[in-house]
Parts: sequence; C-alpha cells; structure tokens
Amino acid sequence: MTEVKDSVLLRPNRPVGIVGYGAYVPIYRLPAREVARIWSGRDAELPIKEKAVAGLDEDTASMSIEAARNALARAQIDPKRIRAVWVGSESHPYAVKPTSTIVAEALDIVPLTQAADWEFACKAGTEAMQAAIAFVGSGMATYALSIGMDTAQGRPGDALEYTAAAGGAAILIGPAEESLATIEASVSYVTDTPDFWRRAHVHYPSHGQRFTGEPAYFHHVTHAAQIMLEELGRKPADYRYVVLHQPNVKFPQRAAKLLGFKPEQVQAGLLVGRIGNTYAGSSLVGMTAVLDEARPGDQVLVVSFGSGAGSDAFSLEVTERIEAARGRAPQTLDYIARRVEIDYATYARMRGKLLMK
Amino acid sequence: MRPVYIAGIGQTPVGEQWERSLRHIAHDAIIPAMRDAQIERADALYVGNMLSGELVGQEHLGALVADFVGLRGIEAYKVEAACGSGAAALRTGYMAVAGGLHDVVIVAGVEKMTDTVGRETTAALAMAADQEYEAAEGVSFVALNALLMRRYMYEYDIPHGAFGYFAVNAHHNAAGNPNAMFPNSITLESYRKATMIADPINLLDSSPICDGAAALVLVSEDYARSVGNGRRPVRIAGSAVATDSLAIHDRRDPLWLDAAFISSRKAYQQAGVSIDDIDLFELHDAFTIMAALSLEANGFAERGRGVRLAEEGEITIEGRVPIATMGGLKARGHPVGATGVYQVLEATLQLQGLAGPNQVENASIAMTQNIGGSGATILTHILVGE
Amino acid sequence: MSVARTWRTRKQRYALVGERCDYCQNAIFPPRDVCPHCAEPAQKEFALSGRGTVYSYTTVFDPPTGFDAFAPYPVALVKLDEGPMVTAQLTDIMPDQVKIGMPVEMVTRKLNEQGDEGIIVYSYKFRPQLQRQALAA
Repeated sequence: MTEVKDSVLLRPNRPVGIVGYGAYVPIYRLPAREVARIWSGRDAELPIKEKAVAGLDEDTASMSIEAARNALARAQIDPKRIRAVWVGSESHPYAVKPTSTIVAEALDIVPLTQAADWEFACKAGTEAMQAAIAFVGSGMATYALSIGMDTAQGRPGDALEYTAAAGGAAILIGPAEESLATIEASVSYVTDTPDFWRRAHVHYPSHGQRFTGEPAYFHHVTHAAQIMLEELGRKPADYRYVVLHQPNVKFPQRAAKLLGFKPEQVQAGLLVGRIGNTYAGSSLVGMTAVLDEARPGDQVLVVSFGSGAGSDAFSLEVTERIEAARGRAPQTLDYIARRVEIDYATYARMRGKLLMK
Repeated sequence: MRPVYIAGIGQTPVGEQWERSLRHIAHDAIIPAMRDAQIERADALYVGNMLSGELVGQEHLGALVADFVGLRGIEAYKVEAACGSGAAALRTGYMAVAGGLHDVVIVAGVEKMTDTVGRETTAALAMAADQEYEAAEGVSFVALNALLMRRYMYEYDIPHGAFGYFAVNAHHNAAGNPNAMFPNSITLESYRKATMIADPINLLDSSPICDGAAALVLVSEDYARSVGNGRRPVRIAGSAVATDSLAIHDRRDPLWLDAAFISSRKAYQQAGVSIDDIDLFELHDAFTIMAALSLEANGFAERGRGVRLAEEGEITIEGRVPIATMGGLKARGHPVGATGVYQVLEATLQLQGLAGPNQVENASIAMTQNIGGSGATILTHILVGE
Repeated sequence: MSVARTWRTRKQRYALVGERCDYCQNAIFPPRDVCPHCAEPAQKEFALSGRGTVYSYTTVFDPPTGFDAFAPYPVALVKLDEGPMVTAQLTDIMPDQVKIGMPVEMVTRKLNEQGDEGIIVYSYKFRPQLQRQALAA
C-alpha cells in the first residue's frame, strides 16, 4: 500500500477571502481593579486594565446583529445572496434554538440560507469562519457569514472574572476577487485537552488553572502557527501583523515571541488589555482591528485558541479593496473608544450575578 | 331626537375600598342613584369600565351588575373606551333615550384598581395605548404623557413648576368634596418637591390609582316631569365623541388633541352654545399636561397658553374657566372607567346648586370631557340647567 | 406577548421594516394595511434607515410587568429621517444625557424575556449615533 500524504493546510478549490468584516464591543467597561477591590484586596499584577461588559439588553444575538450589519455595510452585497449564517459562541442566549436564525432574520438573509450555531469554547468563531471558507470555496455558496461573539461569564472571584468579556466580530466570506483580504490557507490543530470546561446547567466555567498554559494555550497556538509557517514556507518577518487568541495580555505576547514575532507585529491586534477576553470573538476582533489599519499587500497571520482544545490558523493577504471598504462602517477602535466605566455592583446587576429569587 | 335629562345621581367615595369588590362598589353607586331618581326599574343599564378583565379577571359586567343590584332581566352591557369608558357609557345611554328606544336608563362607571399590585396595574393601564407599538416597548402610560409634557415644555419654553397651579387648584377643590380621595391642600413648593415617576411627571402631576363608582339615571322629557325630587332639571344638551390615532407617534401634531377639538365643536354646535357660555369645565386632568392640552384644543386658551391660564388663576372656582371644581381626576381621584360618570355627576351638582363650598356662582351651562388613552377617544358633554 | 404575536412583527422589530406608499410615496412605520396619509392600500415593504432625532424623551422608573429587570430606562419619541415617528427605548445612554434633537440610530436589542423559560424578545431601540473617532484620527 502506498502512503498517501494529504496537505495539512486547509485550502479550498476556489480562492476565497473576506469580503466584509465588522466588529462589536459593548459600551460598558469594568476595570480589573474593581474585581480586585471586591475579591483580592490587592491590585498588583492585574491581567488587563479593563474588560467590556454587555449591557442589560445585550446578548450574543443582539451583538452579532450589529457586527454583521457592519460586515454587510462594508461588503455592499444583497443579503439574500448569503447562503450561511454561522454564529460561534459559548454564550448563545438559548440552550436550544439558534442564535443564527435571529441574526439571519434581522439582516434579511432569510429564508434561503443555512443557519447554525457553533461551539468550541473560544475558537467557535474561527470554526464558523473555516466552515464558511469551505462553503464558499467549494462553490456551494457565493457568500457565507461567520461570527464569533460572546458575553463571557467568569465565576465571581475567579481569575477569569477579571478578563471574561463581551464582544466579537462578523466575517463575511466570499470570492477572492471581491475580497478586502484573501485567505491563502488555514490550519486546524486539535487534541482532547480539558483545560477549561462548563458542564450542562452550570452557570460558570471551571478550568485547570496553570494547566491552561503550556499543554493547552501555548501548545496549540504555537503548533498551529508553526505548521502554517512551515507549509507555506514563510518566516514570521513575512507578516506585517500577527493576531493570537488573547485570554490576557501576557499569553499572546509570549506565544508570539516564542514563534519569533516582534512586539510591533502583535500590537495592532492586541486588544485584550482594553476590552478583555471576548472568547469566541477574541482573535476575530483582533483581526478586525488589524484590517482597520492594514495596507494593501500586508500579510496577516491569525491564530485562535479554544479550550478543549484546539487552534485554527489563517494566513491572509490584504487587497486594494480594503481602502474603500473600511470607512463604510464603524471601526473596531470606534467601539473601544466609546466607554462607560461601571463599578462592581453595576456589573453584578448587569451580568445577573444577584440572587433574585 | 328627544331631550334627555339626568334624573338621579349616586357615587361612592373615591379611594382604596379594601372591603368592597367590583360588584359591591357598582351597587354602592347605582342604588343611591335609583333612590335619587325615585325609580325601581330601568329599561337598561350601561356599565362603563376599562380594566375589570385585566385587574379583576371579570368581564361581562352588564349582566353581573344588573343582577347584583336587583335588575336581573334588563338590557345591560359594558361599554369600553379606555379611560373614556365612563362617558362612553353615558353616551350609549344618551343615544338610547334620545333615540326613543328607552325612557329610563342607568349609566354607571365602575373601576376596581386595587386588587392588583403596582406593575400589573401599570401594564393594564398601558392597554389604553397602542399595545404593539407603545406598550410592547416597555413604555408605560405615565411615560407617554411624560413624552408629551417634555415636548410641550420644550416647544413653549414653560418650566415644570408652572404646571403646579393645576395640581394646587385640584387639591384645593377636593377639600370641599366629601367623596374626594385627596382632600388635602398642597402648595407649589410641595409640588416641586414631589417624587419623580417619569420625568418631568412627578407624583403631583399625576392622578392616583383608586377604586370608585358613580351612576346616573337618564330619562326622557316626559319621564323627567314625573320625577318629583324638586331639583333643577339638568338636560344633556350636547353629546359628541371623536377619535384619533391610538399611538402618539402616529399623530400629525402630538401636542394637539384633535379628538378634543372635533368633539367639542360638535357638542357646542349641538347644544347651541359658544365657548363663552360655559360656566365650568370638568376636564380630564389625568396628568397636568392633559389639562393644558385640553384647555387649548377646546378653545379656552391659545396653543402654548393653557398653563398660563392656570398661572393667572383663571381655572379656580371664581375664575373665568373653573376646572376640576370637585377635585378633578388629580384629587377627587381617577378610577379610570368611572371617571367620565363622576365628571357629569359633579357638573350636575354644580348646575343644581348643590356643590357646597365649591359652588360655581350662577352656573347654568357645564362642559365635561373624558379622554380615552393619550387622546385617542375624546367624549364631550354639555349640560344645561333649566 | 405571545410567541405568535412576537414572531408576526419580527421584521419590524428586528430591522425597522415598514412600508412606502405607492401613491403618495410617504414612508410608513409601523406597517399598516391602509396608508395614513392618503388612505390608499399601502403594501410595498421598505426598510427604514434607522437614523433620526429625539422628539421627546422620559425615563420609566416604574415599569410595566416584564420590564422590571431593566428599570430605570429612558424612552423616547424618535422622528425618523424618512418621516415616521416611533416610540422606543433608548440604550447605551444615561437618562440625564438625553436631549431633544439629539441624533440617534437604531440598534436591535433584547427587549425582555418572557420569564426564565419563555422566549427572548428582540426589538428596535435607539442610541446616540456612534462617534467615528478612529476615522477622524
């Protein structure tokens, strides 16, 4: 028997790219020192400055709608031509009933469309994006909308409460020739590694503390990135930007350094210090911030990480079309600049942490 | 059309009647009205009510009340036009007698609002507004009036404090009405300090949630002559109703009560009176802003000048346009579906010289106006003392 | 509101889909069967831009049933750029920051939940038009 060796790169038959993108970050910010004030009494070594918190009337569905509207405003296509709406999140408003149908209805994409919700901790959004690449790349659809969005919850007092945040982005995949950035290839790297989980009917997630580091985040992120670089025959220096999943400020910086990237390649997409870890939205909203400032010809490497665990890596090249498109909708930093600071009590009310019955 | 007279009146005190149920308070108004008119039977009973289904879980009030007051067998049903239900029941009775179908009709306005808690009552009252496009968005009935008041203050550059004269006048007059809910005087100072409920509307801009029932006996001219209670005959000389969009946002001009304008013009014309002939005006001051808008739409003040009329003292019992002479909705109380009947009952007392310390001197023509919702159904009646 | 009632108005509530009258060309929201301007049948679907200005506003401190979790919240009459006026909640703004004439834009937000086990209702709300700092910079 002869050994057949498929490429480990995921590449569609037909070239595809990002034809529209849109970010969303809610207006409220909880400073990490507020969490420290209530739970630790120390404010040395805070993992971020502050995190974005969804308002009382926001959830993954409403936030996805706004991000998707921004993506469509940039793409300027008829929404009825979109054949898939895929929302990746670990905070879908319903346990059973799609978030994606709400988004599809609000954007007038219905009824001739696929609609489904994805779940893989923090990489549910890039999972949806990869599927959208395949859906368009196979020729089954001209456009497919993928979204990574979360209103993440941390257990009160837990280390994750400092960072678990709300936000995300919508990425509209379409033909390469209409793209603001073409997608050269992607890679998925997955093992069964329980670093973080939430059982059914449990409100808050649990995690393996330091186990979330080396065997989980660093292993998957760096392997996915390295395989991409090797298979494409690239060096870190070939990329103008690298965006890694960002659970805190340190992890993506350290992983980037391990891979051989310089701090200036990381900076534009590193939002976690100002908005927190937006889970399924984290690497995607970092990517939209990069697209907001990238120039035609720039190469961008994006690597997500989802607990459980796995990473998806994408290699992009920005096209001429970016210049005209980016001003058609609010940019990522517009949302980040919009800011209302709240205290822990307001946060506790907004996130349903008060016992009401 | 035949002339229609008010031959008897009955009312309960307005307030929180914990011991009495919906049917009991209806009884407490209807029996005195029948005694007053010296009748034992009637041809029909029309019950004005807005919220019994929502707050008491009881519809079908016509038969219920007819049976409960000993009139089993007669024609009876409920009439509903939100907070204008009372006057709508009156107009139904008026049409029956004026049209020659009946000689003796009882009209009762009944509302029991205290069998539920606050949020349920708030939600129920919002049924007077457009459920799908106002209430469904979480906008309470008070908030709708607040939207009007804010815009009014902005357009005419009127400070909130100026509306206080309406509240002060209403409370002052309620002191002379033994059936009023708030017979306590208030000052402009206490008005300014009142708790905000939907800014700029505060507690003293707003009429209270309460229970109450009032009843009238309407009779034909021939029948009126046979009633021997010796009081001045009071004739319903004008009766008109007009409508507007349920939702404020659908109106061409939200600060203009078109249905008030239309129904008052019709009523003036039918009664053959002009606005200068009106000796007192029982208006629908559910909120102070409604008092101002009513004065303007009915022609008592120019646009943006309704509040000025109050400021200048023209709305007091001694003034040019006495309003809320027995306390109005603000201080007598506003048991919503009963209010329109209370207004006509109080105007009748004025025309018969029975308003005690609140008597408007030489009153012979009175106008009442009952509003459903934020102006969607407006009923105007003109009464003449003969 | 029942599931069916909420579902029936989903296009209006999620995306401000109204109508434009074929005869008088007026924009209509919410959609009706008869044009309020010229009394002709109004049927052509038309999505409003969602941009408008605050005509009047207030704050609901004592909410009706189903809105307890959100109070106090600002509400407004919003005059849409295309003409119609809508009654809606304002969001992403403190009640004391609202002004008459303020430019606002529509967002789709959670209106309420029909209890812990019921459906979640989404609807239009309005917020101050988003400042585009990044673009200016």
